Amino acid sequence: MTTDVLRRLSAPAKHAGLILLGFVMLYPVLWMVVSSLRPDDEIFRSPGLVLDTLRTENYSQGWDALSSPFGHYLINSTIVVLGCIIGNLVSCSMAAYAFARLEFTGKRWWFGIMLGTIMLPIHVIIVPQYILFSQLDWVNTFLPLIVPKILATDAFFIFLMVQFIRGLPRELDEAARIDGCGHPRIFLRIVLPLMKPALATTTIFTFIWTWNDFFSQLIYLTDPEMYTVPVALRSFVDSTVSTSWGSLFAMNVVSLVPIFLAFLFGQRYLVRGIATTGGK
Amino acid sequence: MSALDELRRLRRSGTAVRKRDNKAAFWFLAPWFAGLLFVTIGPVAASFGLGFTKYNLIQPPKFIGLDNFGRIFTDERLHNALGVTFTYVLVSVPLQLAFALGVAMLLDRGLRGLAFYRSAFYLPSLLGSSVAIAVLWTQIFGAEGMVNRVLALFGIQGKGWISDPDTALSTLIVLNVWTFGAPMIIFLAGLRQIPAVYYEAAAIDGVGRWSRFRHITLPLLSPIIFFNLVLQIIHAFQSFTQAFVVSGGTGGPSDSTMFYTLYLYQQGFSRFDMGYASALAWFLLLIIGAFTAINFWAARFWVFYDD
Repeated sequence: MTTDVLRRLSAPAKHAGLILLGFVMLYPVLWMVVSSLRPDDEIFRSPGLVLDTLRTENYSQGWDALSSPFGHYLINSTIVVLGCIIGNLVSCSMAAYAFARLEFTGKRWWFGIMLGTIMLPIHVIIVPQYILFSQLDWVNTFLPLIVPKILATDAFFIFLMVQFIRGLPRELDEAARIDGCGHPRIFLRIVLPLMKPALATTTIFTFIWTWNDFFSQLIYLTDPEMYTVPVALRSFVDSTVSTSWGSLFAMNVVSLVPIFLAFLFGQRYLVRGIATTGGK
Repeated sequence: MSALDELRRLRRSGTAVRKRDNKAAFWFLAPWFAGLLFVTIGPVAASFGLGFTKYNLIQPPKFIGLDNFGRIFTDERLHNALGVTFTYVLVSVPLQLAFALGVAMLLDRGLRGLAFYRSAFYLPSLLGSSVAIAVLWTQIFGAEGMVNRVLALFGIQGKGWISDPDTALSTLIVLNVWTFGAPMIIFLAGLRQIPAVYYEAAAIDGVGRWSRFRHITLPLLSPIIFFNLVLQIIHAFQSFTQAFVVSGGTGGPSDSTMFYTLYLYQQGFSRFDMGYASALAWFLLLIIGAFTAINFWAARFWVFYDD
């Protein structure tokens, strides 16, 4: 009985604590959004969230602050992101089908290697990869960012899809095989349509990771014409750090909007993706 | 089931020999094989060879024996970078996981508004690695930044957190802890797998809250804690963006935010010393491998598998 009373008392306290923690965590982001609508001197004066004067000029100034309008970088990022998504969807689902449904020589070995490459840091392979791509004359194109995805190097997604395919009933494939279907048709007609949730998870994660990715885009894209959003933002910091935080914040906000939208609409898949590969 | 469990199991199990589909498998795996050769394992092998050379992309590589690897032992800036990176990994990962587990336990079992809280705490994980947030951090932890303005409201005199070598790294640790939402979601999924009967039985026996945590939650959750630990350590070793943006690419002030990856970037892509950068890349692989191996070895003493 006493524990019941305790529980009833502790519930509001728990909520208050959680709300406070959430507020503190999200405060910097909220503050940045509000500050992007403030004049520069006010950004440094006021730590609060109340807007005295609304100033949208930051957005128009920030948009045109670099050598190309910011929309140019948004388009570049979009091209890279779309290429990576298509690459990952096609190549990872093919590899996953082989690992989940086919028997072949050395399967356990190859599977082990695949799992090992999930943990391989990009920094370890970037130097020779850069040398290879620069000899192919691919520096300052989007190819070094997209081609690796077409070659199924994001092994994390292969694993995610393998797990998913293993959960699908085998009877369906076997029925199709009795009807004379080969593996390509079983894959395209039966497995792929059933894999939609795993494909959605892959799409959203690829979107967010590629949109945020800075390291490889910094290395491969040095021509301002080819800059993607993160590289453009960083060149913005270099050029204006002491002059206009307002317009810098405005472009920060613009750059985060797609991530926020992906989060809003893809939450279900994000949570499930993390939980199925992470949880038992 | 996680990738780690899978690896563990792989060592034990044998495969029953069935009808083989080698030809089909080859075609389905063709892109992946090409990626292995040209983008992942191939370059890893190539970088081992490059580690023995002096190469600046313009002149052909020149064989210099073990010089680059020897340099690793005498390069004092590198040793400092290792210190910075180890501090970052060993402080921020346990803190991040402690937050993740703590909040996950608060959110467990039918709390009202669970979905809302989960989203609020998860959002920073998605934003945390972006340049935009690193730029924001530069402002809020600057001498005139938002944090100091808030502190001033309480009569506390702040300082330039990022321009001071003693505190610059701490701001990056705060940033990493801020992204505890992803491991939190993994913990939530794990907590949900623990059968409620265990807790009910413990409650009937009058077992206290702490004991329930210590003797039920912790052992049953240990494989998930292990998974998060391995993953987040590997992840933290690869941090780059935040340090790069906050220090303007220099790793400063006074090399206090010089992550290993940042040092590697400078050697490879500012100074174009590809030979040394390759040796550094291999050394990083060894370090991460060693940390992971130690983790797996230590796991036998504290990770409890129910199966």
